[in-house]
Amino acid sequence: MNQLRRLILKGSAGSGALACALAAGLLRPSAAFAAEWNKPAFEAKAVTDALKHIAGAGATESAEILIKAPDIAENGAVVPIEVTSRIAGADSIALLVEKNPFPLLAYVDLANGAEAYLNTRCKMGQTSVVKVVVRAGGKHYIASREIKVTIGGCGG
Amino acid sequence: MAELMKIRTKLVDGSAHIVVLMIHPMETGQRKDPRSGQVYPAHFIQHVTASINDKPVLLAQWGPAISKNPLLGFRVKGAKAGDSLVIAWEDNKGEKARATATIA
Repeated sequence: MNQLRRLILKGSAGSGALACALAAGLLRPSAAFAAEWNKPAFEAKAVTDALKHIAGAGATESAEILIKAPDIAENGAVVPIEVTSRIAGADSIALLVEKNPFPLLAYVDLANGAEAYLNTRCKMGQTSVVKVVVRAGGKHYIASREIKVTIGGCGG
Repeated sequence: MAELMKIRTKLVDGSAHIVVLMIHPMETGQRKDPRSGQVYPAHFIQHVTASINDKPVLLAQWGPAISKNPLLGFRVKGAKAGDSLVIAWEDNKGEKARATATIA
């Protein structure tokens, strides 16, 4: 592995993922991947643990985050989820499915004009509450929505 | 090599709507081969980056529960026609892909 790069990235961990990426980008324009993959958050098995790793002190419920998704997903392997946040200054979006083996699905940093919008498709093992955490101005906001799943998408 | 990404862009009210489709198995590491009982090893995209005119706009970290052949839709305000868009990903086995497109 590239030890030097790891050291550099670890050394600048305090300044936030984005600053880190910029620094990495200046150093190595070709392979500028952001911070290390957030292993503890992605490997947390309980939604509360995952939330602790991404939102720290906790998140405020907000009605300004809209989660567009089917109420009933027939195929749990492909559940379309679209997130729009109207909170000003949002700079990151995290997506969690409460009852998946590993609840955290995605953590996205936004910069340079990217809108607080995200559209993706995810796997859901069973009917569950989907949570979206948006960070704006250093604070975290959360919204939830239940999606019913007829056929799970994680087993095999 | 087969084409690993498809990118579509559309300008709507001064913001670029970008949709990327990546070709990737996104194996969770939970599935078992029904005959041998062996677990298929996890193989999924961990990082996705998008930049416009060399400025990063989106840095995503993904877990294995993003669907197979992942779709990523995002919007960037202030992007103009002709701006160059670069999408790159890296998975947990260190495989990488990179694609470029022009905003139109």
